[in-house]
Amino acid sequence: MDKQKVNKKSIAQLIGIILLIIVAAYVLFVGFTVNVYDIGKIQNTIKYGLDLTGGVNVVLEATSTDGGAVTSDEISSTISTISQRINSIGVSEPTITKQGDNRIRVSIPSISNQEEALSLIGKTAQLEFLGPDDSVILTGQDIEDSKGVMQTDSSGVQKPVVTLKFNEEGTKLFADATQKYIGQVIKIKLDDQVISSPTVNVAITNGEAVIEGQASLDEAGSLAELIRGGALPVTLEPVEVQTIGPTLGQDSLNDTFHACIIGISAVLIFMLLAYRGFGVLADLALIIYIMILLILMTALNVTLTLPGIAGLILTVGMAVDANVLIFERIKEESRLGKSLLTAIDNGFKRALGTIIDSNATTLIAGFVLFFLGSGSVQGFAVTLILGILVSMFTAVVITKQLVKILVKTGLFNNNAFYGL
Amino acid sequence: MKKNLNIAKNVKIWFGISLVLITISLGSLLIQGLNFGIDFIGGTIISIELHTPFENADARAIVDKFDPSADVTYAGDAQTEVVITTKKSFTTEERQALFSGFQDKYSLQNTDLISVDTVNASIGAEAATNAVKAVVVAVALMLIYITFRFELISGITAIMALVHDLIVVVGVYSVFQIQVNSPFIAAILTILGYSIMDTVVVFDRIRENRPKFGKYAYGELLDASVTQTMRRSIFTSVATFVAITSLYIFGVPAIQNFALPLMVGVVIGTYSSIFNAGALWYVIKTYQHKKSLKTSGTKV
Repeated sequence: MDKQKVNKKSIAQLIGIILLIIVAAYVLFVGFTVNVYDIGKIQNTIKYGLDLTGGVNVVLEATSTDGGAVTSDEISSTISTISQRINSIGVSEPTITKQGDNRIRVSIPSISNQEEALSLIGKTAQLEFLGPDDSVILTGQDIEDSKGVMQTDSSGVQKPVVTLKFNEEGTKLFADATQKYIGQVIKIKLDDQVISSPTVNVAITNGEAVIEGQASLDEAGSLAELIRGGALPVTLEPVEVQTIGPTLGQDSLNDTFHACIIGISAVLIFMLLAYRGFGVLADLALIIYIMILLILMTALNVTLTLPGIAGLILTVGMAVDANVLIFERIKEESRLGKSLLTAIDNGFKRALGTIIDSNATTLIAGFVLFFLGSGSVQGFAVTLILGILVSMFTAVVITKQLVKILVKTGLFNNNAFYGL
Repeated sequence: MKKNLNIAKNVKIWFGISLVLITISLGSLLIQGLNFGIDFIGGTIISIELHTPFENADARAIVDKFDPSADVTYAGDAQTEVVITTKKSFTTEERQALFSGFQDKYSLQNTDLISVDTVNASIGAEAATNAVKAVVVAVALMLIYITFRFELISGITAIMALVHDLIVVVGVYSVFQIQVNSPFIAAILTILGYSIMDTVVVFDRIRENRPKFGKYAYGELLDASVTQTMRRSIFTSVATFVAITSLYIFGVPAIQNFALPLMVGVVIGTYSSIFNAGALWYVIKTYQHKKSLKTSGTKV
């Protein structure tokens, strides 16, 4: 190999990059505060699944009491009812999603009165119309439909209202009550919570009423949805329940965090031993990979679960694979007698196709998991997919630049340093 | 230049090893089956922190009121946790009553209920069906991809190597009767992705080396390609294995359930991509070639 001069510009570049990585890692993992600008450390900003925070996860199966299939309208009304219930006990950020045709998954993180929440969620909705003396006028079974709509009132102004439509039995009951309570207030209660208290203006005998005084069409819509939910001929049965106490969640998080640090360190050391000079670069690229992945996951609001962490560690292995493929290629090229720079160029070029083909197949598995899986399996799939994409980027783009700069510095010209 | 490995010449040995592994796996599956956890057969697992070592009989007395067939075991660093496992899926009321029973006896806080897991049997059966569906879809898509990027024979042999890996991983679970729960499915699908990635690298090299060898020199082509890619296969596998093993050793039980099948999968996936996938390809290619020689020979 011909003697190259030491290239000061490249050395400065290399030192600059290493410093930049250290600063970025510091800000990311320790946090940074300047005056009002506060960048929290990533451990606190990333969203954790409830296997790491503790919480309740329940899948409810809806069955129609009238024997028919549960419609998707009925499911969405049920979802509104459930979220109303959870809000009423004042817990933070529940996730309620429809799963399949007739199931609803409810996840509530960091909740202490778990069993209480569970019995509340699974309860059949109790909707009641009460008179001023708290006597029950009618129940959810007597209501046929309810909608939030815009209606023109007597002075020609468009106003949002909630319409009510009663069935035969309900029409009669409501007619009697409205005759009796003209000028008084009727309370509409869902699960013992008053959701609306309209005043009776006239006796309504045709089975169709409107509730005025809604602030917006949205508000009218959600009240109507609650009423529909309370009128649903649907019973809910929990088919899958998982609760994790806050202590277990926190312990899992700490233990797993340490396990990850050990695992990643082991990989970093292995790469150093296996590839020496190139190993340093692969390690830098790997650290960049982990940082980009964590930032992306935070930005995309991906929930990090235990299987997700396993996926993350697995993608560390895959990120290494791309580098291994490249370095092995460079070695082969170098053995054929090519100069270091040519070997590097050819190595990257040749390895690229292999990297794409081998990662594409893993991506296929990731997407299948995402579309056919549910709950935590999906979280794992997202981590896997993001990991593959980011690792291809760091291996192909970042490692290549790092290798080129290192060689250009001219500091290390013996092949042994590169493990060749 | 290093000497090439003799993969092609010794196919019988490689296939023999794989055949033994598959026979053991399938045999165990037939005889003792899999030890399915509650995710698949339904049931309840409740863990409660009692803050004190306890007599099994005391715990039993409470649990028997709800299900006399339930298992009651110890857990935790100081053995102060009680874990109740049953095949019955308890209702919310039953669980609350059970926990109250412990609460009264050991004066516990609400937060001492460490974890609860209840799955209905119906949903469990569904999970199993979905898992099989996911595996079939993933395999079909991979076959299409490899056929499109390489050739049909590569695709088929890659899938055969993959099925081999899956059977062995499931076999390990059957032989050691390790409990199978839903993380197992995600792990299996990940192995699918990982193992095929390993195999594709070998086929990629065969494709690249092809012009350098005689048209029908399948054996030499295979040996050279596997030799060139073997270091990479082993290095990557070691790195991945080391990372996942750390999770297994230092992680919590929930993540261990996930890490263990991955560890087995990485090892067997590496074996099959070095010794099986390419070797199968070689055997089929050689057979096709001989057959075509024969048919053209008879015509002449």
